[in-house]
Amino acid sequence: MRRLQRSHKNTMRARPLSPHLSIYRMSRYSLLSSITNRITGVILSIGLLVLVYWLMAVASSNRDYLRAHEILSSGFFKLIYAGLLIAFCYHLAAGIRHLVWDTGHGLERAQAQRSTWFVVTATVVLALVFGYCLFLSAGHAS
Amino acid sequence: MKSLRSPLGTVVGLGSAKSGVHHWWVQRLTSIALVPLTIWFAVSLASLPALDHVTVIAWMAQSWTALLLVLLVLVATYHSQLGVRVVVEDYVHNTGLRTVTLVALTFLHAFLAVAGVFAILKVAFGGAS
Repeated sequence: MRRLQRSHKNTMRARPLSPHLSIYRMSRYSLLSSITNRITGVILSIGLLVLVYWLMAVASSNRDYLRAHEILSSGFFKLIYAGLLIAFCYHLAAGIRHLVWDTGHGLERAQAQRSTWFVVTATVVLALVFGYCLFLSAGHAS
Repeated sequence: MKSLRSPLGTVVGLGSAKSGVHHWWVQRLTSIALVPLTIWFAVSLASLPALDHVTVIAWMAQSWTALLLVLLVLVATYHSQLGVRVVVEDYVHNTGLRTVTLVALTFLHAFLAVAGVFAILKVAFGGAS
């Protein structure tokens, strides 16, 4: 430690600049869309419970599957699927944007604002497409 | 960009004292893997003619389906565990409660991963009828 202090001047000379995290303020758009990404992530974690319950039902006897299928196709669960679908589409679109942000691109205020609208649009489009395929076109309503 | 490493760090060469960017990195890695896996799952499920037991078992018993489902369950539970952990660390301020919540969530995720993989393999190896 003493030795470190002695060479203080030497080591401090070429220090990198801090990223100024303490004064960096996220824009309203990136803040709101980022927290929504967290919330949809937690919702999807709850969806994992449904997925594993269904998988275990598939692996069990025919009678057990019928009972689980009955529970899983109730109106209450259809509401849950709609929520999960929207959460999934949002988390997918926003997650990809987070990956782009990680590369250091699109962080300017105007860009973040634009991409937020892109994420919202992508969510709506994806949810409509998947929703149509999963709920309406195939005979999955039963 | 200049190296973020101090001259002392360069000489000693020990790297981070703790896990460094491991959590951040694995979170990204799993998220990239989940993009094709989840889309495959949604499309594959949507293209099934019905969701009765016989159809679902025939679908799940296919090698590629079983393989991708196992990957999906493992990567999704890992990704979920990493994400939920950060949420708890950020919002639960009471240390005791936070630790208990994290332990419970870790156990839950381990349980979900093992149960999911077990169920898929059981069907894939013809154990369900």
